[in-house]
Amino acid sequence: MAQDAGIDTPVVSDGDGVRRRDFINIAAVSAAGIGGVTVLYPLISQMAPSADVLAESSTEVDISQVQPGQAIKRVFRKQPLFVRNLTPKEIAEANAVDVSSLRDPQTLEQRTKPGHENWLITMGVCTHLGCVPLGAGEGEVKGEFGGYFCPCHGSVYDTAARIRKGPAPKNLEVPPYEFSSDTVVKIG
Amino acid sequence: MIRIFSIAVGLFFAGALLWSLTLDTIGLAHDGLPKSAERSFHEHPKPLALSSDGWFGKFDRKQVKRGFEVYQQVCASCHAIQHVAYRDLAAIDMGEAEIKDIASKATISAKDPLTGEVKDRPGLPSDHFPPVVYAGQGTPPDLSLITKARHGGAAYIHSLLTGYTTQPAELLKQFPDAKTPDGLHYNPYFANLNIAMPPPLTSDGQVTYSDGTKATIEQMSTDVSAFLVWTAEPKLDKRHQVGLWWVGFLIYATVLGYLSYRNIWAEKKGH
Amino acid sequence: MSFPWAKQYTPSHPFMVWMDEKLPIPRLIYNAVGGGYEVPRNLNYFWNFGFLAGLCLVIQIVTGVVLAMHYGGDTRVAFDSTEHIMRDVNWGWMLRYGHANGASAFFVVVYLHIFRGFYYGSYKAPREMVWLLGVVIFLLMMATAFMGYVLPWGQMSYWGAKVITGLFGAIPLVGETIQQWLVGGFAPDNATLNRFFSLHFLLPFVILGVVILHIWSLHIPGSSNPTGVEVKSESDTVPFYPYFVAKDGWTIGLFLIVYSLMVFFMPNALGHPDNYIPANPMQTPAHIVPEWYFWPFYAILRSFTQDWLWFIPAKLMGVLAMFSAILVWFFLPWLDRSPVRSGSYRPLYRKFFWVLVVDVLILGYCGGSPAEQPYVLIAQLASIYYFLHFFVIVPIVSSIERPDPLPFSITESVLGHDEAAALGTRA
Repeated sequence: MAQDAGIDTPVVSDGDGVRRRDFINIAAVSAAGIGGVTVLYPLISQMAPSADVLAESSTEVDISQVQPGQAIKRVFRKQPLFVRNLTPKEIAEANAVDVSSLRDPQTLEQRTKPGHENWLITMGVCTHLGCVPLGAGEGEVKGEFGGYFCPCHGSVYDTAARIRKGPAPKNLEVPPYEFSSDTVVKIG
Repeated sequence: MIRIFSIAVGLFFAGALLWSLTLDTIGLAHDGLPKSAERSFHEHPKPLALSSDGWFGKFDRKQVKRGFEVYQQVCASCHAIQHVAYRDLAAIDMGEAEIKDIASKATISAKDPLTGEVKDRPGLPSDHFPPVVYAGQGTPPDLSLITKARHGGAAYIHSLLTGYTTQPAELLKQFPDAKTPDGLHYNPYFANLNIAMPPPLTSDGQVTYSDGTKATIEQMSTDVSAFLVWTAEPKLDKRHQVGLWWVGFLIYATVLGYLSYRNIWAEKKGH
Repeated sequence: MSFPWAKQYTPSHPFMVWMDEKLPIPRLIYNAVGGGYEVPRNLNYFWNFGFLAGLCLVIQIVTGVVLAMHYGGDTRVAFDSTEHIMRDVNWGWMLRYGHANGASAFFVVVYLHIFRGFYYGSYKAPREMVWLLGVVIFLLMMATAFMGYVLPWGQMSYWGAKVITGLFGAIPLVGETIQQWLVGGFAPDNATLNRFFSLHFLLPFVILGVVILHIWSLHIPGSSNPTGVEVKSESDTVPFYPYFVAKDGWTIGLFLIVYSLMVFFMPNALGHPDNYIPANPMQTPAHIVPEWYFWPFYAILRSFTQDWLWFIPAKLMGVLAMFSAILVWFFLPWLDRSPVRSGSYRPLYRKFFWVLVVDVLILGYCGGSPAEQPYVLIAQLASIYYFLHFFVIVPIVSSIERPDPLPFSITESVLGHDEAAALGTRA
């Protein structure tokens, strides 16, 4: 006993004992690892949108005052939203286009809800680099296709808010929405 | 040298303290221990048992909802709960339509994101409860955090609401100057004994509970106290739940760590 | 670190060899907290608090950095943004309670670490620099904790800021100017809150830097130990890894259990209700107290109620005394001249040490009580002892005391005999 005091003596014991001891050490280190990873979860999750932000992830829009040919701007998830009441002429123009010739082929029907084909509801965010296109506000330039025109880099959208000219790759995005009634639309 | 200097400095401070001590002792012998009506007649809150108490505590959602009804029908005319949002009511089992309905009855003054002008509009579930403009004297405190902002928490609120009484004759005998001023109300649970708020819960049936519970004063007071615990600490349920799992895991890991420690030190003598 | 029998870092994997040539961080870690750091084998559990203090600093920095992602350092939004964290931010309640109680846990651990040093004479040569850096860390911690408590901008935040910055007003002639410079105005306001937020974010990293110096200076002589006898031979030490990694490791678990019980089940027990009331410069709370870890020093501050020697105002005396009560620790290595380190072999010093422990607890109790009798009298008596202890008793006792016989070596103290070392050294 006295001779080996404090000196590292390799443990020479039967295999079973060594294995059980190793097992405890491995289990302890694993538990510490699991604990460490668990702690990471809230630290990462805290950066995701908070409850007050998520509470604004859906918006109701009253469309009763929007006359045919008019459009309104609203805010949806902190970004502009265009709600447009299309005239029969605009609908006809949109439907007259050969869909296969478009950069992002979609029909007006695919971009509206059945029974409400005159309501074109899109994000007011140009799919090029995120500017707000003109055309929804009173007296704004609608561009050569009668829809929207983005002044930043000259993207032009038609009456179904499809990209027709300029650098934007996609049509204006149609957010998820549904008609709560004939006059109220729930976006998001 | 440094030690001589240090002893001198130490005696300098000790001397100053002894001087203060001597003068204060003379003062104390002359005046006696401080006495006041608050010191003699202030009472600690009566114990109140709520289901949210303790390490395993959880909100009784039905009770919290009843408490919200008491708040709305009694407290809300003077006291705001500005840190609470209407959407938060979903946590006490209110449906989307009900929340929308409650929110829409409020008038919210908010900036129109399109025009930038501040306008009044009906409330939305995402809004917080609005501030309350109080016409009378004084400023009734916001109640969102009241159970965390007062010693005694919910028990204090409950005792205060049910503790109004007439000023004891004994108090006036001992402290003739301490008569409750006009417009204030004697309440032994309030810090300085005289509170501006008139007794808010005065009669049974003052509140109509939607679940048909009989609204006794005791019931209303307990319910609103439970509600105010919830407004102050809405995450209590989750905190207790996560805490139990986490501490359980830590105990398991610590036991393993201890065994591993014993294991590693096993060959070292004297341990 | 420098004992001749300490193992050398010898990388075997080619990548580690390459790394060791370019940037020898693995070697640094090996020599600092690995198999290359030889530690006295007889350390008791009071030696665990240094490691735990390091853990607390990490907890505070991590939770603090994420809280700063949601907090608004402006008097108009500070209180509301704190509540936003508590209610809306994912896990925000846990992060904030973890940070608030983490500060308390940090002080608990550091106080135990400091008193370990008092008892075992850890401040004595050759570890004076370790001790001096430790006192610097403690001062920085106090500043950081104080400014952090101001950030929620509740009633205690505001009045704490007002009272503590008011202390500087006691300095003769320039006091008022300094006070206004500190708060950036005539009373704490937005400028104060902004600078406190900035400094509260900065100082923990300064602390981290000083902690690294603290550990560095410790590794030159190596750790002290409960006997106070220096390491003599190989049988006196064991390598940090695995022995002290295992020992510190399982006590981390123990620490985290206690800390988590605070965070999850009594998160406001050490706080003050008034700080859930938004700051109101027009109304002082009935009973203002700092956080518990300042109570002993706050009691000393308040004990000076009378002007002294006819020309030193009580306020100035209080401030001088409060700062001296900590600054005296800087001189401790030279005030205590006893050649014996450990209180275990110093019968007289040991008695005074325990009186000091009780004394500081009494001071703490009085500091947390209202400023009225009888607490003031008790605090005055306790303060007298505090000053006598460090300034008078420690120097005198260390000169007159007859210490108990020391063990020949650490090994002997553990095993009762140490033949190997005896043969080697005594022969």
